[in-house]
Amino acid sequence: MARTLLDKVWEAHTVRTLPSGQTQLLIGLHLIHEVTTPQAFQMLKELKLKVRMPERTFGTLDHIIPTADQTRPYADPEAEEMAAHMYRNMKDFNLQLFDMSTGKQGIVHVIGPELGLTQPGMTIACGDSHTSTHGAVGAIAFGIGTTQVRDVLATQCLAMAKPKLRQVRVEGALARGVYAKDVILTIINRLGVKGGVGYAYEYAGPVIERMTMEERLTVCNMSIEGGARCGYVNPDQTTIDYLRGKPYAPAREAFDRATTWWKSIATEPGASFDDVKKIDGASIEPVVTWGINPEMSVGVSQRIPSPDAQPEPERPTFREALAHMGFAAGQPIKGARIDVAFVGSCTNGRLSDLRVAAEVAKKGKVAKHVRALIVPGSQQVAKAAEAEGLHEIFQAAGFQWRKAGCSMCLGMNDDKLQGREMSASSSNRNFIGRQGSPTGRTLLMSPAMVAAAAINGAVADVREILR
Amino acid sequence: MSTDFKRRQITGRGIPVPGNDIDTDRIIPARFLKAVTFETMGEHAFEDARKQNPEHPFNSKVFQGASVLVVGQNFGCGSSREHAPQALMRWGIRAIVGGSFGEIFAGNCVILGIPCLRASQEDIEWLQKAVARSPQQAVSVDVEKQEVRFGDRVIKASVPDGPRNQLVNGTWDSTAVLLEAGAAIEATAGRLPYVKGF
Repeated sequence: MARTLLDKVWEAHTVRTLPSGQTQLLIGLHLIHEVTTPQAFQMLKELKLKVRMPERTFGTLDHIIPTADQTRPYADPEAEEMAAHMYRNMKDFNLQLFDMSTGKQGIVHVIGPELGLTQPGMTIACGDSHTSTHGAVGAIAFGIGTTQVRDVLATQCLAMAKPKLRQVRVEGALARGVYAKDVILTIINRLGVKGGVGYAYEYAGPVIERMTMEERLTVCNMSIEGGARCGYVNPDQTTIDYLRGKPYAPAREAFDRATTWWKSIATEPGASFDDVKKIDGASIEPVVTWGINPEMSVGVSQRIPSPDAQPEPERPTFREALAHMGFAAGQPIKGARIDVAFVGSCTNGRLSDLRVAAEVAKKGKVAKHVRALIVPGSQQVAKAAEAEGLHEIFQAAGFQWRKAGCSMCLGMNDDKLQGREMSASSSNRNFIGRQGSPTGRTLLMSPAMVAAAAINGAVADVREILR
Repeated sequence: MSTDFKRRQITGRGIPVPGNDIDTDRIIPARFLKAVTFETMGEHAFEDARKQNPEHPFNSKVFQGASVLVVGQNFGCGSSREHAPQALMRWGIRAIVGGSFGEIFAGNCVILGIPCLRASQEDIEWLQKAVARSPQQAVSVDVEKQEVRFGDRVIKASVPDGPRNQLVNGTWDSTAVLLEAGAAIEATAGRLPYVKGF
């Protein structure tokens, strides 16, 4: 019987079936950061346990670090304490840390793939829900909680139930000005924020196949926003070309042997899925969220929907969303005034994201009332962008050019919305309070659309700017 | 494993938090995650929502001391932060009954010994109203039988097989269970091409 990538990776990593019926699943790569690990290391110390396979855990600093002045000690004493714990734990347990001095620091989901740590056929875990990102190279990657971080440190395993598998096919082709972010926001809009509960998503179809690896990373990143536990794309020539020459990828002859195995774990033709959903790529236009979860979105040419048009149980959330955002049903999203523009995050903080934002930034200047930040996803992304002069394009247009970190995606450092500020953001969550102000408001969109909004001072259609 | 770990039945007063898609940022905003222990999480449960809405159930005197949380659809979606169930647990929550749950959140609850039970939309709406009317009356959650009793009405409330076994048998402390595999862990790793080397 034809098998899926999920079947094959799951079987290869099964240590045993637990008495509960769950699988004891070996985790091939464990990525950690400073926010969700100090309690796990403390538990490990209390239980007098070692890290089972220290060579399979890698750490970085991303969530709390400042993106303006990164001199230590950090101005924020709580951030400094978290960083100090991270340094101490990594040293105490002899684990490799990619800090600022290495030139390899960055958002954990940006550096895993760019260093070639993330490889096809692996199981990957990280105490962060956007771990689904790593599925873009053909890995099964789970976001986990802190006690599960303890599990992986102590046993290199997780207790997991195998999810069902849904293939999400994006057919046809995308129009100009439509990006990977628009594809995944459309998928979430059509299938719902809880549509993926119980499922892993396999992204397939011509649009996905033609995507670059960075575009696939954007799509897989937001699998969790659709409720799916993980999402992946089958490894192909794009995957192989992406990994060749990466520092932690196999080298020379070993690379060729690896490609044989990577190709062998892809879903076989004729494999069956628990569910298949199809989306026409040509039907997708630049997407903007208008509400308080990532499903609440419309195409930029559309109007904000009415709660009355929704099924009864959904109406209270719709009304709450309109009240929080200060929008009226039927209002066009285009023209909604913004205060802040943010390009960055594990969703859209890679070189190709900055390139497309810079292309738009060349067309004008940031509107006077808008505060605009460009936050590269990693030190390597920043270096590559600077080598191309992207930082100068941004600065000339009035954008701030920052250092790598999670920044305003979740506002754990100084980069926060103030009061009810409205943000055009290339990040992944428009939850109430997400960007650091309890009353702040977030409009999710592609990096190109964020740059367009920054220049226009309000939500704009990037297709009109790029024309 | 000691009987102390078994989570067959949990009985306590209820607290309803109505609404769908209540994410973990709402349960505990990210700025409170800047701590190296979970100790302070309980005091920040729903902090922003409570400040913005004085009538939030977590502010209400009548619900103080409640231990069974009754929620809507997709509760705990979003971030994987274990700080969210830690905040609820440290506030006093011992079981959660809802329409559906974010999967990482539900997994994080199990690993703390907190069952998440799924009931029908109709039953959830009834239970939220009934608990709001009679906040002093106990809710009885039976994980083993997969039902919830309030007064003389019993509703069906399911827990997936894996977590139910873990909770009922007291084996939700996953590290201890996973360690029992012993050398089978290294044996599995040793068969993987990327571990043994291509």
